[in-house]
Amino acid sequence: MQSTSRDFKDNARAALANQTLQKAMKHVKTGFIDKRAKARDRLPEFDDLRDASRDIKDHTLANLDFYLERYEEKVIASGGQVHWAPTAEDARKTVLDICRRVDARVVTKGKSMISEEIALNQAMEEAGLDVVETDLGEYIIQLRKEPPSHIIAPAVHLTKEQVEADFRHHHRELPPERPLSEPLQLVAEARQMLRRRFLEADVGITGANFLVAETGTSIIVTNEGNGDLTQTLPRVHIVVASLEKVVPNLEDVSTILRVLARSATGQEFSSYTTFSTGPRRPDDPDGPEEYHVILLDNGRSNMLGGQFQDMLRCIRCGACMNHCPVYHAVGGHAYGWVYPGPMGAVLTPNLIGVDEAGHLPNASTFCGRCEAVCPMRIPLPKMMRHWREREFERHLSPTAVRAGLAVWAFFARRPKLYHVAMGLQARLLGYFGRASGRFDALPFARGWTKHRDFPAPEGRTFQQLWAEKQSGKAPR
Amino acid sequence: MSSAKQLILSSLRRSLRREQPSAEVRALLEQRLAAPQANLVPQRAQLPHAEQLDLMERMLKELSASVVRLPSEAAVPQAVADYLKGENLPPKLRMAPRDDLRALPWQSQPLLEVEEGIAEAEDATSLTGAFAGIAETGTVMMASGPEAPVTLNFLPENHIVVLRASQIIGTYEEAWQRLRAAQGRGVMPRAVNMITGPSRTGDIEQTILLGAHGPRRLHVLLVDDRDAVRTGD
Ligand code: SF4
Repeated sequence: MQSTSRDFKDNARAALANQTLQKAMKHVKTGFIDKRAKARDRLPEFDDLRDASRDIKDHTLANLDFYLERYEEKVIASGGQVHWAPTAEDARKTVLDICRRVDARVVTKGKSMISEEIALNQAMEEAGLDVVETDLGEYIIQLRKEPPSHIIAPAVHLTKEQVEADFRHHHRELPPERPLSEPLQLVAEARQMLRRRFLEADVGITGANFLVAETGTSIIVTNEGNGDLTQTLPRVHIVVASLEKVVPNLEDVSTILRVLARSATGQEFSSYTTFSTGPRRPDDPDGPEEYHVILLDNGRSNMLGGQFQDMLRCIRCGACMNHCPVYHAVGGHAYGWVYPGPMGAVLTPNLIGVDEAGHLPNASTFCGRCEAVCPMRIPLPKMMRHWREREFERHLSPTAVRAGLAVWAFFARRPKLYHVAMGLQARLLGYFGRASGRFDALPFARGWTKHRDFPAPEGRTFQQLWAEKQSGKAPR
Repeated sequence: MSSAKQLILSSLRRSLRREQPSAEVRALLEQRLAAPQANLVPQRAQLPHAEQLDLMERMLKELSASVVRLPSEAAVPQAVADYLKGENLPPKLRMAPRDDLRALPWQSQPLLEVEEGIAEAEDATSLTGAFAGIAETGTVMMASGPEAPVTLNFLPENHIVVLRASQIIGTYEEAWQRLRAAQGRGVMPRAVNMITGPSRTGDIEQTILLGAHGPRRLHVLLVDDRDAVRTGD
């Protein structure tokens, strides 16, 4: 996918003015957040499981070469094949080679962010293949020729009226007077249209939420069942996965699965968690005859051991964007590439370069909610700050930002002055914002408050709170 | 070794600032693969067995699945016929090719048409066994094989599962222990399907709807086989 991340500011401005988008985004703000909070409250061990999950991934990343080799051995032992792909180009080529060799015409796909990252659909369509996305959200955006706007809810930027219009436009063979205004009718129509495609597909492509070194297994986590039909019915199943998806064993994956669905949709467990190991066995009555895994690097091996290694723990749950005020305001497309929200702001510059995506780490209010909800405890704000610092050093920032930071730096290097200045500001703001706890307009920051409320400080600065906390005064 | 693989591995090792892991570390890693240990396991399902059954039933219902408890396997054909009638579904069944299901008294339901095999596009209802029921989240676990075609779990609109009380356990970790005991260490059937309720989607304005591509209905027949287990059957 061609990135428009350079234009983040223009993208964001357009998104803020888009009434339909703003209407659709309302559902994100309430739905996801409440559901996650409920799921978390129901499981007393939830936060401890987050720690355990972080530790599992840290352990795996520290030994990634070992686990990947063991994983490959196991895939081969179960009759499958592993294709190592250093770049997106390598991965696309491998998929196309397999499709060509088996004479494929129709290819069905389960939802896969890696496939978006390597722009697989475009490459397959150019090669003359009939490519069908089968996840409902992905199907809708494929009809619209749009990229996903969310990593687990790709069509979250659309209203049901838009989906109805798309279906009427594309499903011309169905009676024009059919009722289609209810979500249930839309789901039923997609089910009907995609059924035939599942059955006629030659190759099915899915992503993987996890790979298991112990057994050579790839795992998909879905709710619709489309991923399972995609990988069970065709002759060939291709898994496209990036190399940080591997975990040591089935116990480890069970731990992380306990935080995945709860963080993502607030479900206790997704409807379908499927563990695939190799192709159909000699006495199996169904399943694919060939099983391929494409292991994509695409810059990840360079993130290892550096400032951004923690990002490789990400399990793509989407909680960080679900809780992000910037994402709520502008939606996913404004970020201009595959991965939106806080995780995208950190990952995208790693994958496509700071020249392209250097603005994204500025798409943050540093409110810290993303880190607070991330099941893998990824320090997203800290890493966005790393990018900002790098961008600053490279003088890519607009002059005003540089000047602002220079002022901040001046105070930051003089702690006494900083305390005085910040304390004064916090008390003033706390005083004026006391009534509602929010400002809906700040005279010196109109660009900020036009589209969001500014939370009124409680009258103390972070430094004061920290000092109190250290001395045991403040409640937790 | 392929050059692509070599390229990726050396890049990883460069980032890790070492060649192979040391012999000491390697031994620990081998151990983690050979003898997996459970990590933190939530208390929720660490219960006496009877309470695990109740939890399983509760969780399933919460997921919009339906559950009927049966005193014995012999009651399955009647329960299947009743269910199809109650849901206004055709009296036809695609059944997993299993001896235990085949041996049930189907002749007691002359109006019910039962065929065995993998799912075909036009099949409305499937009947399968299960490998385990995981009470923690009301998850039914299927292990593929000659007696358990995977298509039966996904293609028909209605999926009926026979789950025995003795198959119900607390946690995912216990399910892996049972699977390893049945299949051998480090060996998996081609597909293990953890099914937690019917197919659903929230892709249109976050409205949760059932029956996206997989089954719209999941019906669990919870068979009490504990006497049989206790007498060592
Ligand atoms: S960064 Fe954390 S919260 Fe965001 S998608 Fe990844 S795992 Fe989820």
